[in-house]
Amino acid sequence: MSLRPDLAKIASLVPTGMRVLDIGCGEGELMGVLRDERGVDVRGMELDPELVERCVSRGLSVVQGDADRDLADYPDAAYDVAILSQTLQTAQRPDYMLDQLLRIGRTAFVSFPNFAYWKMRLSLLVHGRMPVTRHLPVSWYETENIHHLTVADFRDLLAAKGVTVEGSWFFADGREIGSFRANWRAEHAVFRLSR
Amino acid sequence: MATALPLDLNRLTLAHPLPLDSGKVLEGVELAYETYGTLAADRGNAILIFHALTGDQFVARQHPVTGKPGWWERMVGPGLPIDTDRHFIICANIIGGCMGSTGPASPGPDGQPWGMRFPVITVRDMVRAQVALLDQLGIGTLHAVVGGSMGGMLALSLAANWPGRASRVLAIATTARHSAQNIAFHEVGRQAIMADPDWAGGDYYGGSGKGPEKGLSVARMAAHITYLSEAGLTEKFGRRLQDREAKSFGFDADFQVESYLRYQGISFTNRFDANSYLYITRAMDYFDLAEEHGGRLADAFQHVGDTRFCVISFDTDWLYPTAESRAVVHALNAVAAPVSFVELSAPFGHDSFLLDCPALDRVVKGFVG
Repeated sequence: MSLRPDLAKIASLVPTGMRVLDIGCGEGELMGVLRDERGVDVRGMELDPELVERCVSRGLSVVQGDADRDLADYPDAAYDVAILSQTLQTAQRPDYMLDQLLRIGRTAFVSFPNFAYWKMRLSLLVHGRMPVTRHLPVSWYETENIHHLTVADFRDLLAAKGVTVEGSWFFADGREIGSFRANWRAEHAVFRLSR
Repeated sequence: MATALPLDLNRLTLAHPLPLDSGKVLEGVELAYETYGTLAADRGNAILIFHALTGDQFVARQHPVTGKPGWWERMVGPGLPIDTDRHFIICANIIGGCMGSTGPASPGPDGQPWGMRFPVITVRDMVRAQVALLDQLGIGTLHAVVGGSMGGMLALSLAANWPGRASRVLAIATTARHSAQNIAFHEVGRQAIMADPDWAGGDYYGGSGKGPEKGLSVARMAAHITYLSEAGLTEKFGRRLQDREAKSFGFDADFQVESYLRYQGISFTNRFDANSYLYITRAMDYFDLAEEHGGRLADAFQHVGDTRFCVISFDTDWLYPTAESRAVVHALNAVAAPVSFVELSAPFGHDSFLLDCPALDRVVKGFVG
């Protein structure tokens, strides 16, 4: 399996037999691993019809939908685990989306790119322009990432909402790193949350 | 109008009387059906396809009346998304229809055509008859049940009322209930038929009477508009004139779109019975899967277990718009059924499910497997 490190981490942390909703599931890479290697009952939501099509052709159950709007259709506590990978920063209102996530799932995994990664800070400091990097490769005017955030921002939001952090993991250069000064050192973060 | 069909159709008579939702019972029900492919030794590869309002059992075989190709030949066949090399496909003419199954043109108990004495039937009655057909053919659990438009309603009805009978349910361009707008368009069609003096109260089968061809033709014209999209009509016809340089200042079919609709209407009367049109549209209008189950659509699906669902809508379909499919998906989510849903982009309106839409082919192939 060649999952992105944040997805591989989430896959390794979801217990067998859970009911899982993967929001923004793309072409179902994580879903496939959860189903085939972890024995998880997994469903997906994806905005792009072509990606939904690919999921369906792999035998995955994926609903085309807009997480900003359609999460409201899911019943409370419908899933053991709700996963939101690399999607929070694309939400119209990330705070509302977080509420929905923790309403639908008893626990939630959230992964996002950390805008306070030191290379980002340096790039902004030196060039004075919004950074375009390997992980955020699109110019500011056409990016889907409309709400850039940092690890520290996210912790502030969780504290303000009274959300419990059950665990956090950090990644840089495709590898997991420790949590020491993660807001400087991490390109990506994964949080496990509950109410 | 075709009444007594001089055709050699595959038919089966149901062994038991068929109870109807109205409380009446139909005796000696005949179902005309076609099969494609070979039934596996374990009988596990059967797929039931439900046809739409004006469709029939000739899914992937030349139509014996019109001589035209089957209505879904682009989808069903060797190596196609619904692969007859691997699956055994069954498609039966619905009861109330006019391609060999028991309907208003069939002989009633007194030997005369039923006409309007035929009992009003429902979508669930149509499914009940086909479940009985499966029983008699010795087919238990279906690999899949597939339907578009009205066929999708039958597929949802089978999933809700005969849970476990199909492992996969594919419902395309359909709805769990007929809206006021759907009913309204059907009522226009029915009134056109009944306003035709040749309808004669539905008793037009005997003698030299040709039946309400004008009324049925107008009904088809009105309905046909609802199967297309405004953009599709504009692209196909625009305001172009039919075989003339200028407007005639009369009421001939000046515009290409008029000529097209007239042709659609007239050719329909060669293969369809007006009373069947009345009965089938009535059944569709009565269809409300939530109402059948206490008013909550999710309750209709509460026993579906791990049946897999795939719901597909088209962005230009204003007859059964995406919101109707989403309501079905919402209900299936509420009972935690494994459901996939995708809204496909295609320019042809409701009829997109019958036309060239490669994305549809891929989703159907992927889901049916």
